[in-house]
Amino acid sequence: MDEWIAEIWRAREILYFLAWRDLKVRYKQAALGVAWAVLQPLFTMIIFTFFFGRLAGIPSQGVPYPLFSYSALVLWTYFAVTLSQVGNSLISNSSLITKIYFPRVLLPAAAALGGLLDLVVSSVFLVGMLVYYRVTPHWTLLLTPIFVLQTVLLVLGVGMLLAAVNVRYRDVKYTIPFLTQIGLFVTPIIYPLTFLPPRFQGWLAWNPMTGVIDGFRACLFGSHVGVRVLVCSWIVTLGLLLIGGLHFRSTERVFADIV
Amino acid sequence: MTVSIIVEDLSKRYELGALQHETQLRDQLARFLRAPFRRRAPKEIIWALRDVSFTVEEGEVVGIIGRNGAGKSTLLKILSKITYPTSGRVRARGRVASLLEVGTGFHEELTGRENIFLNGSILGMKKREVDAKLDAIIAFAGVERFIDTPIKRYSSGMRLRLGFAVAAHLEPDVLIVDEVLAVGDAGFQKKCISAMEDLRGGGRTVLFVSHNMAAIENLCSRTIWIANGSVRLDGPTHSVIEAYMATFSTAGNAASELSAVDGRRGGGEIRYTRVEFLSSDGQLQTVTRAGKAIVVRLHYRANEPIERPSFGLKICTELGTVVSDSSTWLHGLDIPLIPAGEGYVELEIDFLNLLPGRYQLSLWINSCVQSHLYDGLENSVHLDVEETPIYGSSRRIDNRYGVVFFPQRWRLAGIGSGAAIDADSTADAR
Repeated sequence: MDEWIAEIWRAREILYFLAWRDLKVRYKQAALGVAWAVLQPLFTMIIFTFFFGRLAGIPSQGVPYPLFSYSALVLWTYFAVTLSQVGNSLISNSSLITKIYFPRVLLPAAAALGGLLDLVVSSVFLVGMLVYYRVTPHWTLLLTPIFVLQTVLLVLGVGMLLAAVNVRYRDVKYTIPFLTQIGLFVTPIIYPLTFLPPRFQGWLAWNPMTGVIDGFRACLFGSHVGVRVLVCSWIVTLGLLLIGGLHFRSTERVFADIV
Repeated sequence: MTVSIIVEDLSKRYELGALQHETQLRDQLARFLRAPFRRRAPKEIIWALRDVSFTVEEGEVVGIIGRNGAGKSTLLKILSKITYPTSGRVRARGRVASLLEVGTGFHEELTGRENIFLNGSILGMKKREVDAKLDAIIAFAGVERFIDTPIKRYSSGMRLRLGFAVAAHLEPDVLIVDEVLAVGDAGFQKKCISAMEDLRGGGRTVLFVSHNMAAIENLCSRTIWIANGSVRLDGPTHSVIEAYMATFSTAGNAASELSAVDGRRGGGEIRYTRVEFLSSDGQLQTVTRAGKAIVVRLHYRANEPIERPSFGLKICTELGTVVSDSSTWLHGLDIPLIPAGEGYVELEIDFLNLLPGRYQLSLWINSCVQSHLYDGLENSVHLDVEETPIYGSSRRIDNRYGVVFFPQRWRLAGIGSGAAIDADSTADAR
């Protein structure tokens, strides 16, 4: 294990160049460029505000509904988009895997890091919204990076698992969009966790993104968040990271043979 | 000498079933539903490598040859850690760089400059190394004008040059190269080979897989021949290549039966029965190499005594250009009488300066006293001439560069003072 981590550390420059490549390529020949990072959560927010905020009248913890849903969508969009990229990172780089050796884990890691630029851009827009809606910042704002970090770890853990399985079973490729679509509804993005009956709240707590989104919002708006939700979320996140990492490590030797 | 690479009992097994099917969960589920308790059908097992062992000393340049599918690529992939052996192990000292492809990781949308950094980093260079060598790499590739253009606008030649330029500046302790010289135009191949020669001079250990025997012969002092996943022969390049080439040509190339050839002309009083290609020491020669001596032995059977015949042999290219047309009569030889029965004549060629390729041989026997043809065989025997380092270079020279080559050399003494280039070619020395 030590050797594995030491090797990854020695190859860290490759991580940087792979992430840099992904970013460069993503916005080449895209006229709107990095604006897409904002447009996607922005339009989703507008739709949600109209249907769920206005028509369905879903409560939003005393925060304007657009801000309420956009704040969650910033993290969720990173999670969903990046998870798909991480999950496909091995098969989309199969020409590299079969031609050259470097620590394989750099491919999912680079995809996970590459998505952070989008997150930064959409977060800048979030800050704009906070100012626009005159939300008084609370000191807990400083804790938000913890939830960003947790999302990255979660994407890495689940992503490594999916990427490794994807090498053998391409079914994964079709599973990821399906998973993230369901996740959009079983995570408190459209509604606050308290909107659900208590029984369901307990169930939802085992979805790690529940704790992430709830905690992130609590830091932004000073709202309440259950400790149990946060603990569950971290347990699941670290558990998935461990499972993903171990599975990846135990199968990476055969990637080049079967990809 | 210190040992640079140790390969011990390396074996690699592939399960064909696992590779080709079952890549969809559905297939596995379907099989499970159909027969939940039946054991899986045994998979077809292929041993790509079986108990391969060798050691390479530091600074050695070792060629690896073998037919397609012999296991060369698997060996290289294991040596470069891309795939793992089923059993056995590999140890290598120092930084290992492998070039299984030129321009690994190039991305179409990135510019030449960006790709140099990406490719260099993937191949194991640090960013500051690439920074330091950037100008040299660009100059080597000869793409100065297009360096900030996305490589999707590059020609395939430019892309190749860029890829090799990065690789040539790697400075690893051990370099593993697979057939990168087989592509590219002549000028670029020249650059690649001199880059390889520099590597050899620099005390670097190089493993070089190629089908280009001339390049192997010129660059490598030692060669390992892999056949069916095992080391068939390991030794001095020259003898390994000879042995390897010998397996290519069947006995038919060393000797051809002519008794049953259709469409032959002539009266048939005397017929060729067999043609053999011999080396100068009289052994049957299965491989004919450019620039070497060769003896063509023509066996005949005379059904009656033949007076004053002339034996002839014509060599044509595959396109029908006559390269040489010679006969005993042209050589001024007088054969008063051939008794009935069997015998042979020989044409001894001291220096077969045909460029590598296939040639067609026509044979005839006619009478010197009357215009009568006894036997005539048009293009009924072919002769494959194999590559050698013609002109002493490693360039792949074949019959695209003409038909024959001369004992010749370029002299560069007139270029001016300071031109201490020794480029005498040595075709006449062999």
